[in-house]
Amino acid sequence: MDWLFSFPHMPDDTLRVVKKSIDDGFRSFTRAYGDSIEALFSPLQSFLIWAERLLTQTPWPVVLIAFAAIAWLASRSWKITAGTVLTLLLIGYFDMWTDTMRTVSMIFVCTVIAIVVGIPLGILMARSDRLRASVNPILDVMQTMPSFVYLIPVVMLLGIGRVPGVIAVVIYAIPPMIRLTDLGIRLVDRDTLEAADAFGSSNWQKLWKVQLPLALPTIMAGINQTIMMALAMVVIASMIGVQGLGQPVLKAIANQYFTLGVFNGLAIVGIAIIFDRVSQAYGRRLQKYREAAHG
Amino acid sequence: MADMGHTAGLGIEIRHLFKIFGGRAKAHVEDVRAGMTKAELLARTGHVLGLRDINISMPAAGIQVIMGLSGSGKSTLIRHINRLIEPTAGEVIVGGTDVVRMSDRALREFRRHQTAMVFQKFALLPHRTVLDNTVYGLEVQGLPRAKQVDAAMRWIERVGLKGFEARYPNQLSGGMQQRVGLARALANDAPILLMDEAYSALDPLIRTDMQTVLLDIQKEIRKTIVFITHDLDEALRLGDRIAILRDGEVIQQGTPQDILLRPADAYIANFVKEVNRGRVIEVRSVMTPLAEGPLASDAIPADTTLEAAAEAINRGDADAIDVVDADGRRIGRISLRQIVAAMVTPATHGNVPQPGGAVGGAGDEPPAEPLLETVAKTAVRAQAG
Repeated sequence: MDWLFSFPHMPDDTLRVVKKSIDDGFRSFTRAYGDSIEALFSPLQSFLIWAERLLTQTPWPVVLIAFAAIAWLASRSWKITAGTVLTLLLIGYFDMWTDTMRTVSMIFVCTVIAIVVGIPLGILMARSDRLRASVNPILDVMQTMPSFVYLIPVVMLLGIGRVPGVIAVVIYAIPPMIRLTDLGIRLVDRDTLEAADAFGSSNWQKLWKVQLPLALPTIMAGINQTIMMALAMVVIASMIGVQGLGQPVLKAIANQYFTLGVFNGLAIVGIAIIFDRVSQAYGRRLQKYREAAHG
Repeated sequence: MADMGHTAGLGIEIRHLFKIFGGRAKAHVEDVRAGMTKAELLARTGHVLGLRDINISMPAAGIQVIMGLSGSGKSTLIRHINRLIEPTAGEVIVGGTDVVRMSDRALREFRRHQTAMVFQKFALLPHRTVLDNTVYGLEVQGLPRAKQVDAAMRWIERVGLKGFEARYPNQLSGGMQQRVGLARALANDAPILLMDEAYSALDPLIRTDMQTVLLDIQKEIRKTIVFITHDLDEALRLGDRIAILRDGEVIQQGTPQDILLRPADAYIANFVKEVNRGRVIEVRSVMTPLAEGPLASDAIPADTTLEAAAEAINRGDADAIDVVDADGRRIGRISLRQIVAAMVTPATHGNVPQPGGAVGGAGDEPPAEPLLETVAKTAVRAQAG
């Protein structure tokens, strides 16, 4: 009756051999191709460093004004703009300016990558049901797999530093970008598309003049989600050497510095709220044509 | 407005068009040709018969109305003209070219330059203003922006939307939105205008108004217009020719006069009995033809409606009046008795022997049956009903 209480599993020896051979295989793959893969990501490395220097080495008043200007242009709301400025001033006053700028620069790079990769992929998925059926499970895995697990191969391949951190964040944060682009394009009214066809639009014209503009509010929601998820990964990414607000939090956990943890945590919350309000307000402005319906 | 209407008309020739919806449509065309009914096809193969052996010849520069109730296949039919729907078999010849055989590129060019379409649900681009919606067809053609705006502004003004260029469709009423749809189609300046139940979603008053707009514009532009409707009054008002569709088949086609005076079967007779015949039937369809005579002093033109003719007769002393052609020559004579006979709905469609679907010349019709006979039949019918 032993088998009833202990699940009959693969013999220990076999299991050990399986695990070891996979590990060895991956390790030799890493040794053979690690350098060339790292070289492949060097443009990403330079982009990251450029973005970080831009934010940390520019005088802080200039950065502050730039943030306020972006918030104003995107939202056209004094409340949101004032909130942005106030939050950043508080962050600076509590001596978290540099770490915050490092985090913001990384979030910026991650978002750009997610947009550049995610939108075209979402467009392709909207056009092909087969592609959608095969990509969807992959996205499910990316969203549910514990992030520490895919940190392991990334670190083995690329070592510790900014680039593996960004890759881990993008893997975690890109699915909503892809899914919502796909959804936005699929939701475009069939009648509108038929009209575009009837006037002889090419596929490209249909995409640019009809599908993308009408899907834009949904795509904006995807960008918003991606930013929020990227921010949630900041602390985990700091475990593999990404600088920014995550590292003091990590230090606070290890040494039980309660206040340090709370301050940096609140700074993350602060920039998350800024990003969220600004991008949502921009998304709403894109839908202005839907308002003022004829009564 | 002189430079707006220079496109020469293009006729449309639909020949032996079949459309079957379903996965293996081609395999079942032969069965349908051999006479399998819609119900049989559905029961045996799960395929839906959309159109069966459609043959319509639409003359250039006229308004061809295609009428039918929902499910009759009329919207499917109009989408074959610019191939938004692929036919299962048959030909659609426009200007000597078979649309069905066009390559994708040729089809795109055809849609850009030869056809324009107006939709039942307007199908405007909600994120574009009235002006940017109107230029859409020209933008797709690749015209310079200045020319696009030029043409669009003239048509926006022509359909009565001047001052609304910067509004979004959402800010307009249904009637105004359809004016945008019409302006967008007309700005394309294509010789063929396809109107798919364009006015069905509008209030009755606005619909009449838009019909007038269309008829006025058509006098200038002389395009080949294909107009789909389920409304017989609309069909009779707009159509130079009408084709009536039922269950994917053409059951009668001809001029409005033909349809009213000689309905091909009981189904159509039932349809037309609600129509105010006095306002549609013209005197030339019911008058007694006379040898061409001298100029008549007191006379009415051949295209006068019965109602107006009755009024004209009442104004005079006699109980009949001469009918003259466009040049003022007498071509016939019509009496009150004939008018009343024609205005009373025929008891059955077989009153006047005529082959269904035939297009008769307007002048060579037999005189209407005597009034008493009609009245008697009507009375019998009224009792029976």
